[in-house]
Amino acid sequence: MSGRLRFWFGIGVFALLVVCALGAPWIAPHDPLEQDLLATFQPPAWREGGSADFPFGTDGLGRDILSRLIYGARAALTVAVVAAFLAGLLGTVLGLLAGYFGGWIDALVSRLVDIWMAFPPVLLSIVLAAVLGAGLHTVVIAIVVIDWTRFCRVVRAETLVQRNQDYVVSAMTIGLRPGAIVVSEILPNVMPLLLTLFSLEMGIAIVVEAVLSFAGLSVANDTATWGSMIQDGRQFVNQAWWLMALPMGCIIVTVLATNALGDGLRERTDPLARTARR
Amino acid sequence: MSLAYFLRRLLLAVPTLLGVAVIVFVLLRVVPGDPISMMIPPGASAADIENLRSLYGFDKSIPQQFALWIGDVMRGDLGVSISQRQDVMRLVASRLPATLELCLVAIVLAVASGVALGVAAVYWRRRWPEAIVDGFSGVGLAIPDFLWGLLFILILGVLIPILPVSGRLDPRLEFDAATPFYLFEALITGRLDIVGELLQHLILPALALALPLAAALARVIKTSLAEAMNQDYVMLARVKGYSRSRILWRVALRNALIPAVTLTGVQFTFLVGGTVLIETIFAYPGIGNLAIHAVVQRDLPLIQGLVLTFAVLFVAINLLVDATYSMLNPRVRVR
Repeated sequence: MSGRLRFWFGIGVFALLVVCALGAPWIAPHDPLEQDLLATFQPPAWREGGSADFPFGTDGLGRDILSRLIYGARAALTVAVVAAFLAGLLGTVLGLLAGYFGGWIDALVSRLVDIWMAFPPVLLSIVLAAVLGAGLHTVVIAIVVIDWTRFCRVVRAETLVQRNQDYVVSAMTIGLRPGAIVVSEILPNVMPLLLTLFSLEMGIAIVVEAVLSFAGLSVANDTATWGSMIQDGRQFVNQAWWLMALPMGCIIVTVLATNALGDGLRERTDPLARTARR
Repeated sequence: MSLAYFLRRLLLAVPTLLGVAVIVFVLLRVVPGDPISMMIPPGASAADIENLRSLYGFDKSIPQQFALWIGDVMRGDLGVSISQRQDVMRLVASRLPATLELCLVAIVLAVASGVALGVAAVYWRRRWPEAIVDGFSGVGLAIPDFLWGLLFILILGVLIPILPVSGRLDPRLEFDAATPFYLFEALITGRLDIVGELLQHLILPALALALPLAAALARVIKTSLAEAMNQDYVMLARVKGYSRSRILWRVALRNALIPAVTLTGVQFTFLVGGTVLIETIFAYPGIGNLAIHAVVQRDLPLIQGLVLTFAVLFVAINLLVDATYSMLNPRVRVR
């Protein structure tokens, strides 16, 4: 797929996700939590015995799959945006401080990152989730606590590079305070990288939600998330494979889209890549 | 790598491991919810509960508990698992070989397919194989091992059931293993039927772990190989009349491998960490599977032991990668 096409695929999926998330109550044909015990395991409409009433069928409690997928988009997008933003904020602040000031701050932050990297990330998130208890806020906290290092490492390295550029030296010469230099000179130059990381992190966040649901640690039963739908469907995979396949498809398409979006943003915002494309 | 450098790196690993130990220990102690309450039978008296608490040392303060635990760890004693009522060290030792075999098969798969795909993309530059490799590395990088595992179960276990999707070895088979390293043992003792059976169970989880790394490797090898092909030494080889495939495999690849080794090193730890989920998905009896079980059961000694085991594995892998790197690239040997 060409770069341009991929970028628009990313934009398109993301837009669809936003529409589903904001308009869930109006788009979804049913209440995602409404159980109909007389209509459990209905096959999707295109299979024998399916009805147009439940386009993607129903699950073991007779809940409409399509409606659950749409409400699941709401949970996914919320987790993705909030978690990626907070992880980005924490990682960027620490990365800027470590990269710009160096010395003991850098030593401290770098050691912290090292220790963090020695944890198996999945295990750490599961331990955290077990500690914090189930809920979407737990998913968000787990992602922030684990993935700030991604932002921190990249921002620190980039700040080290930017710090030695002429424009930073000029800013020092005219007597700008360090805080002002970091915020108004270096940060804008790190921004393109941050955008890309942010987009990638959104995809990761959605997968982490699925992982925690898989371990039975994500949300209580009163929220429809793609991860919990996969976990529900896994138990019936031999009778009704689509119960697991549909939410998995949603996650895979979303993750591919956030990747495409990230790559596209990098190409469009990085001056070097921009000139290389011409 | 000089011995002094190696020793210094080894020494630097100590504070890292200590940091991991402190964080996981404290994190687990501030949890509301008592691990002891998971194991008391109904009708236990208050005195029984107190006895149990002191047996596992939960009646002491956190710093005291930590000092005791670290002292035991130094002596090679990781404590007793609450949920399995077994020595943690022995549990880890019996499960670790299964995980190591899985990781080994996965890394071999990843490196072999990653290198082959990267070379193919350069060999058939601007033709359809390159497009396929590009597509593969894009998708392979985006989708994590967890989703690959579920996809394989869905497609090869349920829709077209041709491979087993759980366990390590069919329990009906007779195989009295002397060691927990089933695969190596079967290979050495010439039990090829067992080897085949083991590989059938290994292939899907190993593939799920390997795909993201294979995709990343294919991309890196392709880029650095394409760059190497423009260098003077390749031109020289061409002038000497070497065949195109010989130039690719023998001359250019050697130089393109250095960034690939770095990448493999960074990603290898992710691969090992991925066993936590992949082993659970495929009900494979390794330490990853055990770890999820330990967390769900709130088995503090077991969680601590396993996190520490993973951290030691990660540190060891990083050291190994550094050593390989300096063997391949003379320029970093200086220090």
